[in-house]
Amino acid sequence: MALLEVRNLHAYYGHVHALRGISLTVEEGEIVTLIGANGAGKTTTLRSISGLLRPREGEIVFDGEVINGVPAHQIVYRGICQAPEGRKIFSTLTVQENLNMGAYSLGNDRAAIEANRRRVFALFPRLEERKNQIAGTLSGGEQQMLAIGRALMARPRLLMLDEPSLGLAPMLVRAIFQTIREINEQGVTVLLVEQNARAALRLADRGYVLETGRIVLSGPARELLGDEKVRKAYLGES
Amino acid sequence: MRDFFARLRGMNSRWQYVILAAIVLLFPLIVRSNRWVQVANFFFIYAMLGLSLNIILGYAGLYQLGHAAFYAVGAYTTAILSTHFDVPIFVLLPISGVLAAIFAILISRPILHLRGDYLCIVTIGFGEIVRIALRNDVSSLAFLANIPGLAFLRERLETAVITGGPNGIMGIARPRILGLVFRQQWHYYYLFLAFVAFTIFAMRRLEDSRLGRAWTCVREDELAAEAMGINTVHVKLLAFALGAAWAGVAGSLYASWVTVIAPESFSFWESVVMFCIVVLGGTGSIPGVLVGTVGMVVLPELLREVLLNIQQWRMLIFGAAMIFMMVVRPEGLWPSQRFRRELELAKEMATPGS
Repeated sequence: MALLEVRNLHAYYGHVHALRGISLTVEEGEIVTLIGANGAGKTTTLRSISGLLRPREGEIVFDGEVINGVPAHQIVYRGICQAPEGRKIFSTLTVQENLNMGAYSLGNDRAAIEANRRRVFALFPRLEERKNQIAGTLSGGEQQMLAIGRALMARPRLLMLDEPSLGLAPMLVRAIFQTIREINEQGVTVLLVEQNARAALRLADRGYVLETGRIVLSGPARELLGDEKVRKAYLGES
Repeated sequence: MRDFFARLRGMNSRWQYVILAAIVLLFPLIVRSNRWVQVANFFFIYAMLGLSLNIILGYAGLYQLGHAAFYAVGAYTTAILSTHFDVPIFVLLPISGVLAAIFAILISRPILHLRGDYLCIVTIGFGEIVRIALRNDVSSLAFLANIPGLAFLRERLETAVITGGPNGIMGIARPRILGLVFRQQWHYYYLFLAFVAFTIFAMRRLEDSRLGRAWTCVREDELAAEAMGINTVHVKLLAFALGAAWAGVAGSLYASWVTVIAPESFSFWESVVMFCIVVLGGTGSIPGVLVGTVGMVVLPELLREVLLNIQQWRMLIFGAAMIFMMVVRPEGLWPSQRFRRELELAKEMATPGS
């Protein structure tokens, strides 16, 4: 059974029909990526899964349980965590305080929080160096590390990343993607939304291509990388 | 000025606290003036109100301009139960707080999804509704007698007295403990001092608690807070309930102190004063709220003393001082570290090319 299964998801922003029947699955241990242009519905899909947006139709099943309609703050307790688009770190708190907030759902379990913090610092040594720095003064790449680190603090089974490469230099993108692979190797399933299709498909096991709220193509990432349509539309090749 | 405050914050010697504590404890003996002890008592009441509003406005970042309503609920609860049922004041203190909290939950639940200025406008409305309801007493419900079959209620409704209308309620009992009745200003001074000290202690603990951190997150970014597993509605509701409970206790203390309350003691102006105490002093900062209370409550009294013959200038000076403050020191007199950072970051983002 798939860890996450989304069936025929329809979502609206006001009258705008943003998702027109999205279906996808994510198996335990996989990295799955959603690629597509701006406004294709990638972020909307993530927001529906994390409960920030209530889909009008369709079903989201996580670990055998239907979770659509469950409020966002409870989704975290079920093992899904999101590093939202635009990072959304708490810019006036220190790095350490941000990480602590990520572990909010763990309550007062200090041992678990400490273990998770060590794990995050091992993945992002830079965050440990800057743990007392105000998050708003970090560089873009460091803020992205913090956003991912904060999401990991709740020890999710499924980590959802929304455009982690946004606004970062190519070298940093490579470093971040390398870390995502490491996170995945530690047993965390990853659902990755990206505009940087090439990097995302190189990293992922499988991919879905979204266009105006529909999935137009899906398959193993390697195949998508070789697909002519994808190459033309998303990888900038002629 | 800036230097002075920086140095004040920097000082941390034990002596400083000892001297401050001695002055505060011996204040009634030092000034030997009922009037100034009375001013100090006003300071304490408003300090409690400011600290209670600081939970809602400072910690949770919810714009609330109707705090006088909660203050009124506490004061009227005490007044009504004291005059009609002779309940002792010390029993009424917690009851008033709890009732104010329940009232706050009832009115804030439907409006919690509103943000910023919209929430602000609605809370102004609630504040006014409460004041007008108190003014009208139950007689305003006399229209119910027009409903067929309820005509027999007309007389009862028209003559019923609960809040006393514009006259308010008189003869509220004074607090008594082990045979000691609080009568003198200095009696109240120590009673209020104890409450303010406890409030400060409690707020300190609250700031560092899990709930306190959750409030900070909600204030910064509600969406991200929710994504961290924080039930934002619940957390905001708690801010309202706790803030209101504290304001209710302050109202109860106030009622038992002045023994006469009327709707005009809970006007919109009172809400504005509380709002200014928090914002001028330093949003989210406990010492800031205390400094703000000095500015909003004690300073006008001092001005009254100095400018006795030109009293009408008082509000003008006051207004000018507020505008000056907002221009020169928008973060407040004694800002919290966090709030100052927020302003600095906002400023940095606003300057292009930084």
